[in-house]
Amino acid sequence: MKRALIPLALFLVVAGFLFRGLYLDPREVPSPLVGKPAPQFSLPRLDDPTKTISPKEMLGKVWLLNTWASWCPACKDEHPLLVELSKSGFVPIIGLDYKDTNPEAQQWLVEAGNPYVANAVDADGRVGIDYGVYGVPETYLIDKKGVIAYKQIGPITIEALRDKIIPLVKKLQTQ
Amino acid sequence: MIPEIGHFSLILALLVALSLGFLPIIGAARGNAVWMGLARPLARTQFLLIGFSFLCLGYAFATMDYSVTYVAANSNSKLPIQFRIAAVWGGHEGSLLLWALILSVWTVAVSMFSKHLPDDMRARILGVMGLISVGFLLFMLMVSNPFERLIPAAMDGRDLNPLLQDPGMIFHPPMLYMGYVGFSVAFSFAIAALLGGHLDAAWARWSRPWTTAAWVFLTIGIMAGSNWAYYELGWGGWWFWDAVENASFMPWLVGTALIHSLAVTEKRGSFKAWTVLLAICAFSLSLLGTFLVRSGVLTSVHAFATDPRRGVFILAFLVIVIGGSLLLFAWRAPTVGRGGKFDVVSRESFLLANNVLLAVAAISVLLGTLYPLFIDALGYGKISVGPPYFDTVFAPLMTPALFLMGIGPIVRWKNASLPELAMRLRWAFGVSLATAIILPLLLGNLTPMIGLGLFLAFWIIATTVNMVYLRLRGQDQPLFTRVKAIPRAWWGMVIAHLGIAIFTLGVTIVKGFESEIAVRMAPGDVAHLAGYDFTFNGVKEIQGPNYTASRGEIRVSKNGVERTVLASEKRLYTVTNMPMTEAGISPALIHDLYASLGEPLVDGAWSVRIYHKPMVEWIWFGCLMMAFGGMLALSDRRYRIKKRAKNLAEMSEKEVLA
Repeated sequence: MKRALIPLALFLVVAGFLFRGLYLDPREVPSPLVGKPAPQFSLPRLDDPTKTISPKEMLGKVWLLNTWASWCPACKDEHPLLVELSKSGFVPIIGLDYKDTNPEAQQWLVEAGNPYVANAVDADGRVGIDYGVYGVPETYLIDKKGVIAYKQIGPITIEALRDKIIPLVKKLQTQ
Repeated sequence: MIPEIGHFSLILALLVALSLGFLPIIGAARGNAVWMGLARPLARTQFLLIGFSFLCLGYAFATMDYSVTYVAANSNSKLPIQFRIAAVWGGHEGSLLLWALILSVWTVAVSMFSKHLPDDMRARILGVMGLISVGFLLFMLMVSNPFERLIPAAMDGRDLNPLLQDPGMIFHPPMLYMGYVGFSVAFSFAIAALLGGHLDAAWARWSRPWTTAAWVFLTIGIMAGSNWAYYELGWGGWWFWDAVENASFMPWLVGTALIHSLAVTEKRGSFKAWTVLLAICAFSLSLLGTFLVRSGVLTSVHAFATDPRRGVFILAFLVIVIGGSLLLFAWRAPTVGRGGKFDVVSRESFLLANNVLLAVAAISVLLGTLYPLFIDALGYGKISVGPPYFDTVFAPLMTPALFLMGIGPIVRWKNASLPELAMRLRWAFGVSLATAIILPLLLGNLTPMIGLGLFLAFWIIATTVNMVYLRLRGQDQPLFTRVKAIPRAWWGMVIAHLGIAIFTLGVTIVKGFESEIAVRMAPGDVAHLAGYDFTFNGVKEIQGPNYTASRGEIRVSKNGVERTVLASEKRLYTVTNMPMTEAGISPALIHDLYASLGEPLVDGAWSVRIYHKPMVEWIWFGCLMMAFGGMLALSDRRYRIKKRAKNLAEMSEKEVLA
């Protein structure tokens, strides 16, 4: 009798894992950069290409780095949320304009509103490679010491903002 | 209106399935002949209702009714008619309907060809199949209704996934499902036997043809899928250890073990509990495969859009069916007894070893498939398990299995003598070893894996030839009469085993000797591979029914003599805006020449990949031989003899004794 129960026991273990698996997303790839310092860069600003911008300037602040592009439809989905967020003044957002052309990017910000404190122009996508960007939009939450605390892959949703990003920003700001 | 009728028909089918699932089983428990007798008419009614429902969905596809969500999501007005029909099972809801339809086909088949079974046994078998059907029909009606309306209707459909717009789509899924679902018959026989408490040789004898039939379909289904992947995915591979391929391969491995173990149970009465367990596992793995494909738990090229409610439903169904039957097994199996004794050297032990190896192989495939999920669920991060794991695990398991395969069929039941065996097989051993060393040396590449693969393939051929020779030798009748005198089931085994040898040869040669190049080719450029010259003729734009394509021609010649022309297409399906590559293949017995267009470069040049695949067709030919062997075994005359009278006589005898 005991031996005959082994198959059942094995199956129940597998079923337990399968149940857990239903609530995991196999496509969600964690960023190896979470917990590591944000890669440094020095890129021209979108509004004034003669000036540059670098993550060093944000040391001491909790901030979001949002990769986007005017050619990216999903970025347009999350854009209104970013605009709302910037109006609240809760957390500064730096844009990383990824593989884009300046006139089109500026045109888009005029049309849809500009939630960004500043935008870095990553025309050839080199900085994107450092950050492990494999699809825009992606958003990084970076703490006061310049360490990446969280990565959002794909558009920011209301749920992600409410349940993950805002609580995390609050926590990091008090540190 | 037609979709509503189809939907209603499906609801009626659920009610019939519920009756089929409960009344005959209760009738069998109480000895109520009327309730048991309901099984057959209910099985037929269920088939008619589901079949009608399937026709309604097919009609919606044929008439392009885009007010049905499922049709709008998987079809398009420009889609050619044969794919519009195949699109019925191109998505989640429709493939479930196909599943349910095929289950009802098997149920009807059992009800028709089970006249020789005792009434209570038949009632229980059909009842268990009815219960499985209840699960699938409920699943469809609750969370995956193919007849759901889209109001307002779509102007046109979103089109069938271009990957599926291929003749393979017409045959591969129905064949695969016939195999998957076919194991439900062996499963139901096992559950019915556990419920009824008589696990005997008769049970094994009845299960055998059904198991073989399901196995034949599954073999053809897997082979068709592998062949399809070979020419459709455009990189010349024929097996990828993709999660869903594995999901079809695991039931095949266990099903193969089951076929052999049933033979022992029938002939010698041994392995009873083990055989029942295999019957349960083969179907459980089919169900698990369905779960893996439908739930989105694993990423795969086959994955459908996911909905967590669906996943929870299938998992609950899985726990009830598999958990329930394993519980029944734990409760009843210890009482079935041990069966006949046998020595270490006997056909029983060889078949036991075969069973253990196949089961371990299935478990290691399961482990590799689910390992990423285990690791993720335990919070250790994301990993993926690929061909290196499976290749590493598979070769050591299959080597002894194939070696024993050569010996098993010629060993005597119960006890045999090892020295006698060694004497008999020394020539086969010597010949295959010599061939395995000399042949690769002649071909110019001897590695341990090539040598091993060739040795095993020739070993199976040599031992099989030896066996056939000894069996036909030394009688006075003409050869044809002697061939006819041996049961077809035995010939079926011979052909299936030779199929394994052909398959092994194909795999070994293609892995050991294939070559490929990736080149940039402008019109007029010549590339060289495996002694052939490939001249690029440039690319023409062509217009398909629902795609535009760049069609590149590559002329193949050897020593200045033109051999063939390969045409590869880079298609863009206009509705879904998805690019697809159609490889240009010239298949032959000796080798395939295979070309696929990559990306357009400047000045009319293209990146082109060219492959030389020696003996790759043998892989699929070997699979077809296995399937043909199975069919031959099914046509054995012992399955055509009416056994009812004999069984009745046995039963009344038992009653007298009781």
